[in-house]
Amino acid sequence: MPFVANGKEALTFQELLFRLQSFWAERGCVLQQPYDVEVGAGTMSPDTFLRVLGPKPVRIAYAQPSRRPADGRYGENPNRLYKHTQFQVILKPPPADVQEVYLDSLRAIGIDLKKHDLKFEEDNWEWPVGGAWGVGWQMMLDGQEITQFTYFQQCGGMDLEPMCGEITYGLERIAQFLQGVDSIYDIVWAVEPDTGKKTTYGEIRLYEEEQLSAFSFDYADVSKLWEHLNAYEAECLALLDRAKSMDKLETEKDKRRFPVLGAYELALKCSHAFNLLDARGAISVTERVGVMARIRALVVGVAKAYAQQQELVGATVS
Amino acid sequence: MADFLFEIGLEEVPARMIASAEAELTKRVNDLLGRERLLEEGSSVTSYSTPRRLAVVVSGVLRQQPDAVEELLGPSLKVAFKDGQPTAAAEAFAKKAGVSVTDLSTVTNAKGEYLGATVKRAGKSASDVIAAELPKEIAGIYWAKNMFWRAGKPERFVRPVKWMVALLDEAVVPVEFAGVTAGNTTRGHRILHGSGTITIAKPVEYVAALEKAFVIADVAVRRQKIRKDLDKVTRTVAGARWREDEELVETVTHLTEWPYVILGGFEQEYLELPEEVLVTVMRDHQKYFAVEDAGHKLAAHFLAVLNIEPDAEGLEIIRTGNERVLRARFNDARFFWEFDQKTPLVDRVESLKNVTFQKELGSYFAKAERVRKVASSLARLSDERKTAVDAAALEEAATIAKTDLTSELVKEFTELQGIVGGLYARAQGLSETVALAVYDQYLPASMEDAIPRTVEGLLLSIADKADTIGGMFGLGLEPTGSKDPFGLRRAANGIVKMLAEAKLPVLLSEIAGLGSEHAATATKVEGFFAERVEFYLKDVKGYAYDVVKAVLAAGADDVPDAVARAQAVTDVRGSEDFAAVSAAFKRMRNILTQAREKGEAAAWTPDFLVEPAERTLAEESGRLAAWVEGQRREKHYVEALQSIATLRPHVDDFFEKVMVMAPEEKLRAARLGLLNRVLQDFSRVADFSEIVVSS
Repeated sequence: MPFVANGKEALTFQELLFRLQSFWAERGCVLQQPYDVEVGAGTMSPDTFLRVLGPKPVRIAYAQPSRRPADGRYGENPNRLYKHTQFQVILKPPPADVQEVYLDSLRAIGIDLKKHDLKFEEDNWEWPVGGAWGVGWQMMLDGQEITQFTYFQQCGGMDLEPMCGEITYGLERIAQFLQGVDSIYDIVWAVEPDTGKKTTYGEIRLYEEEQLSAFSFDYADVSKLWEHLNAYEAECLALLDRAKSMDKLETEKDKRRFPVLGAYELALKCSHAFNLLDARGAISVTERVGVMARIRALVVGVAKAYAQQQELVGATVS
Repeated sequence: MADFLFEIGLEEVPARMIASAEAELTKRVNDLLGRERLLEEGSSVTSYSTPRRLAVVVSGVLRQQPDAVEELLGPSLKVAFKDGQPTAAAEAFAKKAGVSVTDLSTVTNAKGEYLGATVKRAGKSASDVIAAELPKEIAGIYWAKNMFWRAGKPERFVRPVKWMVALLDEAVVPVEFAGVTAGNTTRGHRILHGSGTITIAKPVEYVAALEKAFVIADVAVRRQKIRKDLDKVTRTVAGARWREDEELVETVTHLTEWPYVILGGFEQEYLELPEEVLVTVMRDHQKYFAVEDAGHKLAAHFLAVLNIEPDAEGLEIIRTGNERVLRARFNDARFFWEFDQKTPLVDRVESLKNVTFQKELGSYFAKAERVRKVASSLARLSDERKTAVDAAALEEAATIAKTDLTSELVKEFTELQGIVGGLYARAQGLSETVALAVYDQYLPASMEDAIPRTVEGLLLSIADKADTIGGMFGLGLEPTGSKDPFGLRRAANGIVKMLAEAKLPVLLSEIAGLGSEHAATATKVEGFFAERVEFYLKDVKGYAYDVVKAVLAAGADDVPDAVARAQAVTDVRGSEDFAAVSAAFKRMRNILTQAREKGEAAAWTPDFLVEPAERTLAEESGRLAAWVEGQRREKHYVEALQSIATLRPHVDDFFEKVMVMAPEEKLRAARLGLLNRVLQDFSRVADFSEIVVSS
């Protein structure tokens, strides 16, 4: 239920999520749960990164907690977080009126577009590590970027057919915007209907920001992180190597069971280890390029293996 | 005579691409109609664009191409008839002309007798031609970045095409592109008008119909409205002015269909942050215009250009929203600023070891070491040549110049590199000379840009750029054709501009030598610099190409000197005597070149000269040469050139009375030697044989 913030009715953080979930569910999206391996963005979840590959149409939506160790601020910065929440919508292919549908989703979360200034500003997205890029916009609402809208063109270095529309809402930013609060930690997460007691974002998440920032910047063991990265990488590469002879596997079942997804999880683990090392200041600029190339080899390798598997088993994995 | 309207409706096109796309579509439509003979005498074309549309209106379009009469030439009569009977060749030609063989005529021309035919081609209707040809023109528009969206990727375009309008007066022209067929309905403002369609009855009503739907289609009108509104809204603050920013006006013009300017404010306390930081946040990150007071100091206000005209309540919501965003950004900037002060620049030098300048060239720490050496050498050279430099301050500046790359503020606002370093240097109590040199180190970024304000800043900028150029050339990463990924041409142009405008007493060969590790690299860099001097003299200063060639032939190592010589040649080239001497010098050069090709020897043996005319030329030119050389050393170039022009009668006399290529070998060599000598003596300011003389 909406509550009154700054003299206006506004959605709580969790109601914002409900509204977006219902809105997109009503438009045919499968609601998926957040992916349970560390990712830096909703795009990196296999529900986006792998589902956009191949010919099978998909409509899917999910909230995705996104970890960015270097953005941690020990809970002291009102606008920056170690972990923020994206709401990710994938429309493959996008409907012709996708922009209007997006505007309707803003109306659904209580934004009267006649009383706000909305601009579609060019913002092309790319994730070089994933060989992925697209063109699109950042949606600016009263000077604040609230959504990234991307027409995916390539993923894993492969052209997409059909093209996909990706809509990524920054939930904390939108909640701040709706509730008119200057600090993320003051966002009202929920209100008890019987007592009126408010629970804030800070109450739910501040300790996590404090501790995970400390872990990323001060505690994480650099030599262990390198060991993790190397170990995950070696295992991922071994799987990718075996994936090369996937077509030689005897039965359909064996082909379906080849763990491309396992390789992807290992690649994501590498990516997160890299981000932690980066936050620890353990990666010199010279090394950075090299390590990113290593991770790119894993992620793009997985995408190619996935595409190959889809061809072998007739795109039954969905 | 009809009007033709074409509009293509798109999902929001990037602001930076709209102006050129509008111009290109206009040209393509107009050229197409012209090419197809569909334009009346005195036809005119206007164009429109918003983020969601590109449109062209042509008035004076013919509804029908005029009929054309074409004379076809067929096979020769010899081939066309055998024994009086038409051959297959004749039949084929008749078929092509669409008549029977008996209707063919005979044409006689220089080559003989041929079959001919007169063919009338009926003009096609404008509608048919446009429907057939326009799609190719749309598809041909250049986009810096495009996308596919339809299954099977039949076309790539900047953004998905949503609708098209194509009207010849009231009639729809069924142009098809990207799965869309043109009609007579367009769309208005996304929010103020909503998603309903608007019918355009005929082209002349286009602008007014859109205006009713909250769209100002004419870019110039929109730009003007924004400027006027910026003025109007700023006037609500006593004594305030908005900071002129043409580029930003252009951007917001192309981001809006119905622009509306609002004034916002921020807390005074943020004005303690440097203006550069505040303006960068407002301009580059928020597309706000900065406001200044009567004394040009930044005021605690900003102007935002909306794409909507809100009611009073909306206005308040939008204003507070924008103010909140800006406050958060300023807070970030302030946080970074304060955080950065905990580690002074001098303590950051070591951490530059972790910042790569370029893979093979190592870190910025290594670069700073090299730049310091180059800068010190340049300072010594300048000092020796009566240009005082604070060498200690320059060395200090070179040491910390790049340390701001490790600061949080520069990581957040990369466009402020250098500037932040300068501001921090000042805030941390370093000398003003050091602060200014660091602040200005990236100047000039372009040929229109100012050069560093101090001699220390100039030398730091030159040393930094010379090191980059020398390093990249050493790796074989020279610019090729239009490819210059490291901006080396811009860097070298900057060096030339600084030398020229600050009249610095250092030579390009010295700069190239100091910046390069090996002599071979230095030689390549020198050649590269020479090209840049040519560019500077021709394209930046506007000297005539032959003057530039003449001046460069006499060397371009000393840039301010090359500029002075180019100016002097430009000043005197109009005089008749000078033109005559130039022509004579060219003749001498040609004679010498031909003689050299034949293996002729040239020797300075004046005793062998026999004719009075040639002995006079030898004596007079010898006497004059010493005088001209004195003038040249004093840099009195105009006087030097005028003196050379006084040779004219002797030169004319020589060519009139003397045959250079005399049959006798020794005399020939002596004459060639004389010409050689004259050319050498008088080509040190400029090589006149390069000057183009209009006869």
